[in-house]
Amino acid sequence: MRERQNPSNAPRGLFSSSLWQLITVRFKEYTREPEALFWSFGFPILLAIGLGIAFRSKPADIVHVAVVRTDSSASSLAAAIRRDPGLAVEELSADSAAAALRTGRVALVVSASGSQVRYQYDDTRPDARTARLMVNDAVQNGAGRSDIRPVADSHVSERGSRYIDFVIPGLLGMTIMGGGIWGLGYSIVDQRRKNLLKRLVATPMPRSQYLASYVISRLVMLAVEAGVLLGFAVFLFGVPMRGSFLSMAVIIVVSALAFGGLGLLIASRSKTIEGVSGMMNLAMLPMWVLSGVFFSSENFPHVIQPFIKALPLTAANDALRANMLRGVELSALWPQMGVLAAWMIICFTIALRIFRWR
Amino acid sequence: MPTTAAAAPPPALLVRNLHKQYEDVQAVNGLDLVVSPGECFGLLGPNGAGKTTTIEICEGLLAADSGDVEILGLRWDRDERRLRERLGIQLQETQLAEKLTVEETVRLFRSFYANGRTIDEVITLVQLDEKRAARVGKLSGGQKQRLALACAIVGDPDLLFLDEPTTGLDPQSRRQLWDLITDFKALGRTIILTTHYMDEAEMLCDRVAIVDHGKVIALGTPQELIGSLGAEHVVEFALADPTQTLDDATLSAIDGVQAVRRVASGYELQVSALHRAVPALLAVLTQRQLELAQLTTHSATLEDVFVSLTGRQLRNA
Repeated sequence: MRERQNPSNAPRGLFSSSLWQLITVRFKEYTREPEALFWSFGFPILLAIGLGIAFRSKPADIVHVAVVRTDSSASSLAAAIRRDPGLAVEELSADSAAAALRTGRVALVVSASGSQVRYQYDDTRPDARTARLMVNDAVQNGAGRSDIRPVADSHVSERGSRYIDFVIPGLLGMTIMGGGIWGLGYSIVDQRRKNLLKRLVATPMPRSQYLASYVISRLVMLAVEAGVLLGFAVFLFGVPMRGSFLSMAVIIVVSALAFGGLGLLIASRSKTIEGVSGMMNLAMLPMWVLSGVFFSSENFPHVIQPFIKALPLTAANDALRANMLRGVELSALWPQMGVLAAWMIICFTIALRIFRWR
Repeated sequence: MPTTAAAAPPPALLVRNLHKQYEDVQAVNGLDLVVSPGECFGLLGPNGAGKTTTIEICEGLLAADSGDVEILGLRWDRDERRLRERLGIQLQETQLAEKLTVEETVRLFRSFYANGRTIDEVITLVQLDEKRAARVGKLSGGQKQRLALACAIVGDPDLLFLDEPTTGLDPQSRRQLWDLITDFKALGRTIILTTHYMDEAEMLCDRVAIVDHGKVIALGTPQELIGSLGAEHVVEFALADPTQTLDDATLSAIDGVQAVRRVASGYELQVSALHRAVPALLAVLTQRQLELAQLTTHSATLEDVFVSLTGRQLRNA
């Protein structure tokens, strides 16, 4: 056998080891793809901002009411109602007032005939009934009524029970799923399609290192993605993080491995991007709908609940939500963690067995 | 260099009675090869002849249906890990990661080998110094192919497999790549390449196996193969009036003509003595009052060998 001529190359450090090289290559390919960065960071944040704005805790709405312009008593009536800052008053002709009521622009029409005041409203509309109470108070007070018992108001808004609190763990779960399935599935099939996978196995590269580089780089990137999304949620919306950091980290890592396994399984045979994209969507779509990302999965019929509970995204979302919003620790989350671990083990086992390297 | 092993080194490649069938095609059909260490060996044949299937079986990337393959005295089923360290492989179509730079790509491939060349050395060797920091996606076809070669030689292989190394490249890039392969050959390493370009095989290879329908139909040095025609030159001509014809017997009788073939564009003569045959041909044409539309001659090539063996042309077989 011919002797090697580069003994200086022989002992090598961490940075020239093949696993390290494979991992850094993953990161470079990822960070040099602006679209990928947007989908992992920008998209969940934009979604959170959009939902946060749509479902923000608003101050109580101003109620619009109309006073029919009949005679001078109408303007004094309007003035009395205007004293309540929660009411906006317009003085309209009888016809315009009726039209405004029909279209819902005003909740209530007030008209005075002599000393009697008449309220016109739809008593099936809660805001109309509120308007009726508020207007009547203002009218009676304006006419000289005074309250018998003094009252004081204090307003509450409970953190942890708002929609944004519900949706942030769901978005985190969705990010973990998308990262695992897209991050592995797309990239591996792309390399297989380009014959790069075949070229790599034509070298002495250990195959386990190739797969490990994906799993490790995925976990590191996920730590960043989850950190950005959670930091954003905590600082901007004040979403609570009531569970321990360790439990949260374990839930995220186990979920990431479960979805990584699913991504690997989906990518294990396919040779075309079209084929793998179809399968990835087929896997993810039911979970987007059923697994309680945007609304509770409890809304679905009772009979399919066992199926929904067995989906990995349901398990991830339930665990994340319980941990963040209610401070439930891992010991009480074993059903969810069990589902995730089962997905992880089954997917990796099958994927490694059927993986097509060439 | 060890001196004792030099007495009887194992062949660089030994293939015996190789068979491989795809669904309805017998891609390799009883192929045998022996390649000696230090040789540059070419598998020449048209597209679909089974060259790539053969080379990928030798590279341990495909399983054969039957037959034996030994590389450097080792076998894939027993010594895969050791073999991988000693082989350099360039696949026919590999798209390296476009987002990485030339240097990053070479560094990645270098990391897979326990021993090998330095990254700088290899990049200089394939003349990509100026493109070190360029993304792979921005390289020209020739530069990409040179990078693929860099990845194949970065482990300092004993045996280099090149599958259609210059297909699709412009003439200048092809020459550049030929120079690089010649340099590698000068280091005494074994090269096995496939090509459907006869000029490439003639230029680079010490020995050539002509492959057709999954079998070796001729084997030898390019000179031997061309010499086997018994004619060093080929004369092609066409008559101005295509309705007029010359019979084969008349042409065969011309001094120095070894073989006559009718081709779509006219006639093709294999000739051993050009200086006698051409005047004699012109004399026959003058005597019969036939006018020429064209007359060309070239030295016989491997293409002519392939034509005489199969009746088809290499480039469109």
